[in-house]
Amino acid sequence: MPKRKIYITIILIFILAFFAGNFVYPQFLNLPKFPKKDFKLGLDLQGGSHLVYEADLSQIEEKDKSEAMSGLRDVIERRVNLFGVTEPVVQVQKERLIVELAGIKDVNEAIKMIGQTPYLEFKEERSSEETQKILDKQKEIQGKTIEEIQKIPDWQLGLEDPYFKSTSLTGRYLKKAELGFDQNTYQSLVLLEFNDEGAKIFEELTAKNVGKRLAIYIDQNPISAPVVQEKISGGKAQITGKFTVEEAKELARNLNAGALPVPIKLISQQTVGPILGKISLEQSLKAGVFGFLAVILFMIIFYRLPGILASLALGIYVVLVLSLFKSIPVTLTLAGIAGFILSIGMAVDANILIFSRMREELSQGKSFSVSVEEGFRRAWSSIRDSNFNSLIVCLILFTVATSFIKGFALTLSIGILLSMFSAIFITRILLMLFINTKLEKIMWFWR
Amino acid sequence: MQIPFTKYSKVYYIFSGLLIVGAIASMIIFGLRFGIELTGGSMLELNFDQRPENAAIQNKLEGLQLGEIIVQPTGEKGVILRLKNVTEIQHQEILKNLEDLSKVQELRFESIGPAIGKEIKQKTEVAVILALLSITFYIAIAFRKVSRPVSSLKYGIASLIALFHDILIPLGIFAALGKFYNIEITIPIIAALLTILGYSVHDTIIIFDRIRENIIKRTSPSFEETVNWSLNQTLGRSINTVLTVLIVLFAIFFFGGQTLKYFALALIIGITCGAYSSIFIAASLLVTWGKPRKTI
Repeated sequence: MPKRKIYITIILIFILAFFAGNFVYPQFLNLPKFPKKDFKLGLDLQGGSHLVYEADLSQIEEKDKSEAMSGLRDVIERRVNLFGVTEPVVQVQKERLIVELAGIKDVNEAIKMIGQTPYLEFKEERSSEETQKILDKQKEIQGKTIEEIQKIPDWQLGLEDPYFKSTSLTGRYLKKAELGFDQNTYQSLVLLEFNDEGAKIFEELTAKNVGKRLAIYIDQNPISAPVVQEKISGGKAQITGKFTVEEAKELARNLNAGALPVPIKLISQQTVGPILGKISLEQSLKAGVFGFLAVILFMIIFYRLPGILASLALGIYVVLVLSLFKSIPVTLTLAGIAGFILSIGMAVDANILIFSRMREELSQGKSFSVSVEEGFRRAWSSIRDSNFNSLIVCLILFTVATSFIKGFALTLSIGILLSMFSAIFITRILLMLFINTKLEKIMWFWR
Repeated sequence: MQIPFTKYSKVYYIFSGLLIVGAIASMIIFGLRFGIELTGGSMLELNFDQRPENAAIQNKLEGLQLGEIIVQPTGEKGVILRLKNVTEIQHQEILKNLEDLSKVQELRFESIGPAIGKEIKQKTEVAVILALLSITFYIAIAFRKVSRPVSSLKYGIASLIALFHDILIPLGIFAALGKFYNIEITIPIIAALLTILGYSVHDTIIIFDRIRENIIKRTSPSFEETVNWSLNQTLGRSINTVLTVLIVLFAIFFFGGQTLKYFALALIIGITCGAYSSIFIAASLLVTWGKPRKTI
């Protein structure tokens, strides 16, 4: 490569590093009009809550399941937004719903609010035989331990509601709920309006149950059980209970904000308080700075001038990776920072391989420029193979869908890929700078 | 000067054999203590204004009937409670009860249902197996052109044996740490073990690569001498590459905080074992396999 080209490339690399550096740490120079962006911190570093809910889809047909789940997500998203969290994450994973609330102060309150969303359900009367059967079974299992109960045939029956059974009509078909008043008694009530599908189900249900009671349950509690006088078309119903105006209003509002299409259960919670988050961030940054400095010191002591060049390349690497984390953006978690720090230690591995090889070639009496070339050429296959192996493992780690591991694997793989660029390309260009100079002759620098 | 590494291969086999037997024994006797992400359960990290005695905490929570509670003091004022998977209501009750003892601040709370734990455990097992297989496969392919006097498959198998070595020893140590210091095998530690799989094969690759090169160049008269010569040539860089990684790991271990401490420790143990096994075990195995069979 001609000298001029080398100079230009080096200048370009430094310009790139300068901009990346300013992007990562704009407070230092405080350039006007320079794009500013913050690092995206994970829940474990800024404090927050990771909640996993499981939806009970047993009442939903297979083909409607994904729709029910996305309905559930919408409802919970609305709920969470009401709570005023910045950038909440609500994600569906098969039958699970993942809710991430960052920087939240009162997690308990939020959990209550998410869970409190009423689950509306219509139930129809059981036939008298069925009722009798369940009542008998309940007598049978009374006063027994769980082990004994499980020996009784059809014991599950005894745990069911003897008078009413579930129907397919639930809050997921609700179009609107509002406060209303009984025309005769002025008692407050909640007026319900179903969507087309819900209206059809309601019509069928009422037709089937004329003369019988149809119970309205909210969160598994019976609210009212009016007797069906006739088939009702048009999809309108009302809930009459002993509501005060306030209660009816709140119920209507909650039903509107979203009656949960399916019942949910909180199965996992991971909450990190903001104080611990801050401590973790400070500690991991400190570890990163110390690790970085120690590696530089090590490289300079062992490899002298090439060590200084490798340290320069490592510095550029750190700035480039961090600016990449900012711009993608990669959510930085504690694990992610650990992966990044680890990659600092691994990034210089390629340099060590190259420099050792260079020394060998030099001691065989080859010229400086040949030794540089050979060093890179011969070390390449080892660098490629070993980095490729680490990348394979990162890819596999990614399939273990835990947020800790994902964060770690992501930053480590970005680090490995970018370090190949910095350790090979940048260091090489910097070394080429010394070809045919007086410094090249001073063997102490290189061996 | 050359160090005759391969001359003492029997010594390394016995030494490593003892380490592995010890690690397996430790795992069988002490058992692996998995974290709550893998088994389900709850973990509560608290900071008290004035930390009460462990027994006082136990007593206070007895009424809630939460089963066995492990109380572990950390730092100056901190306490970690481990117990079965509790609901949000129970969680609030615990906090309310502890508030009676001293003003308390909740740093962290995790409650993982058993179903999730089981799932993560299964996924982890699959990941470990996949990682082992793909690395062996990759090495066998990378060394497919080398066939004399040891087949490429044997390079793969030698690195695989070294890998098992590197994973079993940290596992054995963590089994003992779990028994005596309540240190659990958590997701970060599993991530660390998998990273060891990827990383410790680095050194093996560097050495094997050099052996491959020296075979082609015919630097030494016998295979054993070729391996030995390669080991001597690569020794400096094998040690230095490991040292730079160990440097950052020690930085994480000492300054990186509680969560990353044992993650770093697992990597430190595994990577050290990895450096040892690639020099002393993997290369020696090649020589042992490469020796002509004695004819009867």
